[in-house]
Amino acid sequence: MFSRAYKTAVTLPPVVWVAVFLLTPYLLMFCYSFWSVSASQTIVHSWNLDNYGQLLTINVYWQTLVRSMWIAGRVTMFSLLLGYPLAYFLSFYAGARKDLLYQLVIIPLWVSYLVRAYAWKTILGSDGVLNTLLQYVHLTKHPLEFLLYSPFAVVLTLTHIYTPFTFLPIYAALQHIPRNLVEASHDLGATPAQTFWKVIFPLSIPGVLAGATFAFVLSLGDFLAPMLLGGPSGIMISNIVVSLFGAAYNWPLGAAISLCMLVLVVGMLFFSERLEKRWSFS
Amino acid sequence: MASTTTSGSASNTHTNSASKPALLSLRHVAKNFGKNRVLRDISLEIAEGEFLTVLGESGSGKTTLLRIIAGFEHASFGELWMGEERLDKQPPYRRRVNTVFQHYALFPHLTVEQNVGYGLRVAKRPASEIAQRVSEALDKVKMAAYAKAKPSKISGGQQQRVALARALVNRPRLLLLDEPLSALDANLRRQMQVELKFLQREVGIAFVFVTHDQEEAMVMSDRIALLRSGELEQVATPREIYSRPVTAYVAQFIGHTNLLKGEVRAGVARCSSLAWELELPDGPAVFSLRPENIRVVDTGNAARAANTGGDGLRVRGKVMHQAFHGATELIRVECEGGQVLVVRTPSGARIQDEIELEFSAADAVLVRESPQRN
Amino acid sequence: MSSETASVPRSRWLLVHAIVVFAFLYLPIAVLILYSFNGEGVGGFPPRALTLDWYRTLFADSPLWDSVFNSLQVAFAAMVISLAFGIPAALALDRAQFPGKALFRRLVLLPLILPGIITGLSLLMLFNVMGTKLSLMTIILGHGTALISVAATEVFAGLQKLDRAQEEASLDLGANYWQTFWRVTVPNLKLSIIGAALLIFTLSMDEIAVSFFLIGRDNTLPLEIWGRLRRGITPEINAVSTIIFVFSLAAIVAWYRLRLRGTGNADVEANLVESAAPERL
Repeated sequence: MFSRAYKTAVTLPPVVWVAVFLLTPYLLMFCYSFWSVSASQTIVHSWNLDNYGQLLTINVYWQTLVRSMWIAGRVTMFSLLLGYPLAYFLSFYAGARKDLLYQLVIIPLWVSYLVRAYAWKTILGSDGVLNTLLQYVHLTKHPLEFLLYSPFAVVLTLTHIYTPFTFLPIYAALQHIPRNLVEASHDLGATPAQTFWKVIFPLSIPGVLAGATFAFVLSLGDFLAPMLLGGPSGIMISNIVVSLFGAAYNWPLGAAISLCMLVLVVGMLFFSERLEKRWSFS
Repeated sequence: MASTTTSGSASNTHTNSASKPALLSLRHVAKNFGKNRVLRDISLEIAEGEFLTVLGESGSGKTTLLRIIAGFEHASFGELWMGEERLDKQPPYRRRVNTVFQHYALFPHLTVEQNVGYGLRVAKRPASEIAQRVSEALDKVKMAAYAKAKPSKISGGQQQRVALARALVNRPRLLLLDEPLSALDANLRRQMQVELKFLQREVGIAFVFVTHDQEEAMVMSDRIALLRSGELEQVATPREIYSRPVTAYVAQFIGHTNLLKGEVRAGVARCSSLAWELELPDGPAVFSLRPENIRVVDTGNAARAANTGGDGLRVRGKVMHQAFHGATELIRVECEGGQVLVVRTPSGARIQDEIELEFSAADAVLVRESPQRN
Repeated sequence: MSSETASVPRSRWLLVHAIVVFAFLYLPIAVLILYSFNGEGVGGFPPRALTLDWYRTLFADSPLWDSVFNSLQVAFAAMVISLAFGIPAALALDRAQFPGKALFRRLVLLPLILPGIITGLSLLMLFNVMGTKLSLMTIILGHGTALISVAATEVFAGLQKLDRAQEEASLDLGANYWQTFWRVTVPNLKLSIIGAALLIFTLSMDEIAVSFFLIGRDNTLPLEIWGRLRRGITPEINAVSTIIFVFSLAAIVAWYRLRLRGTGNADVEANLVESAAPERL
């Protein structure tokens, strides 16, 4: 129905833009990762695998990457534990208030990340709201130090940020489950609990996978929360990259790490998509 | 209430409910959705092994009634009894009732086999028993070849059979079917009607079948419960409901009919230019006269002679319209005195513009005017 | 599902859980708002002395207002770019077949799920190679590019709801493609476009990860706040955060109402979920 000219007119501009501003930068990053930095702080275009060598051998990079994955893993798990029952509640038990409650869940999504991370900082500090509250009601005598500037703070904050993100696709998946399937299950003798595990949960798996991927990937690459709340023990891989592009001035190495992250993310997306397709039945 | 007595008397006199024990008893069941009174005072008994159809238009409450029996809705008033047990207090998964859903509701993530075995697995039956019963059930609905297929890969008619097997394999005491044939095309539908009827006889389980299609109801049922605006108009066998409709609504809903409005005075019923003797108290009256009970009089002399002496009522009229219906034709006739009659005749006969009609007074069945309900 | 009998014990726990999660989600924001009125600044429990001082300081703070102005410029410009390229992208994905379409689709959607640092750094390298100086312009290009995904997703969803027959009717009646686009396609997509615009604007105003690497001399609001945070917490930040929260709230209510109007109640959830979880494209 649409003419050649129409399709070209519609396709060309975005494709060109995307090629220039999305594809080329990634390709450049690829190139940079093989270059190195000279003593005089300039980037030398000599192609080598040194950067990758460093990544594999130097401990700090490895350890930070592992810690980052551990933090991202915990964030994902907690977000799912918080987000799934909430989505289930809204979808199956909330009745007429579903809409309103849904709005309430996505409002925090729209509120600035920075604002929310900052809010936790004020709560968790040794002079912060939580500590002073605990001392005020005489539950503790001294401020709890681990609350802030620790991996705990990072996990807590990121869970707070990403719970609505895991909620959304799970809620979508649950909403798509035809209600007569639930009735059929009851009709055949299954209690609500059995119905959940045998019918509802399996059909919601694609949503869970999507939410988990989202939460994991974004937490893994996060650098703001660690900078604000992580302290020295909460440094994540992106913070290293940030410093490599900043004070530590080693763009090629930073590019190498970024490229690894990109490959990891894209790989996870593919893998997750595969799994989602396997578990999708409609 | 009048309709309750009617349905009570109809079911008492016209089903052998005395010989068959009552399986399910609905007592004064009513359901309101907010201000909307979807079901009002339904009392009905369903016998063991019978095929009962709940027939009604959309909005009549028939699906709601089914869902109350299944347990997906709570009745606002009334009770449900199965034998000695109070059923309405039980959640759906404890009732010995299974449902075939309108859109089948097969679990998309399970194979046909796994779907059918679902109820048995939930009940934690041993695996060997499950395998055997599932395979029997699939054989009964002729879907054994598709055991390992997923629902998305089979047709609508096939899904429906699987839904049937899934329900029946649990040996419920009562099977509920919510318009299961409405999504099928006409030929498949007719075929399934026959199959379902055979199946029901074979398994001997009581079926409660919901439909809006009166022909379907007539073909399949032992008894029909006609529901209108939440109340039962009549509960009777198909023949009974057809030849002795209790209200004008029933007469019109099932098959074609002519409604003759008139009055009875001094032992004579009068409807426009028609009159016949009838022993009834004075008052307004409505009669139902089926088109096939009206004959077109052959105007040949010999025929007329043969037709005198009988209680045949005659009236002349002008043919307004002739509709071909295959084996028969429906002819619309405007009679002297203004009454319009629809007559069913075998196809092929030559019909003139002015004709004479004859019918027997006994075929004019007195019906009540159905009260307006909102 | 209206069987009320057996689900009650179960839903009690779910209800409790839901309340806990909502509390968790809103607690920090509530604290923030509360303490923006606190006379003694941040921290310390219980808050004493209600005051509007911090808001007054805020209004007098001109570097902050400069950054607000910068953010507004960036947001508007990014909105224009994202829509200008996102709408055709959606149309292309919906209607055209071309080599590399699959790759294009993935590239367009990637910024949604990719951590901002990668998007930011890759663009930084581009500007470095091109010799472009970092400024508001580079930030605009960064936001615009990253947010094309949002525009494309929303408009694509809107296209699925568009009745193809309307466009065919327009062509049949003699309008050419260009006219059909403006007279039929765009008006039908109005709500998707406005919804996308709202979302893009809000996301741009709040964006920090990508901006972090592309910033020149002029700060955007989030970066200005960030800078101050590095130097120490001031209660002013609570005040400005509260104001940001109020605006975000207004934006989402507006967006939600828009959706309601466009699709009617029945479809609202499906739409919202599709558009707010854009990786489902």
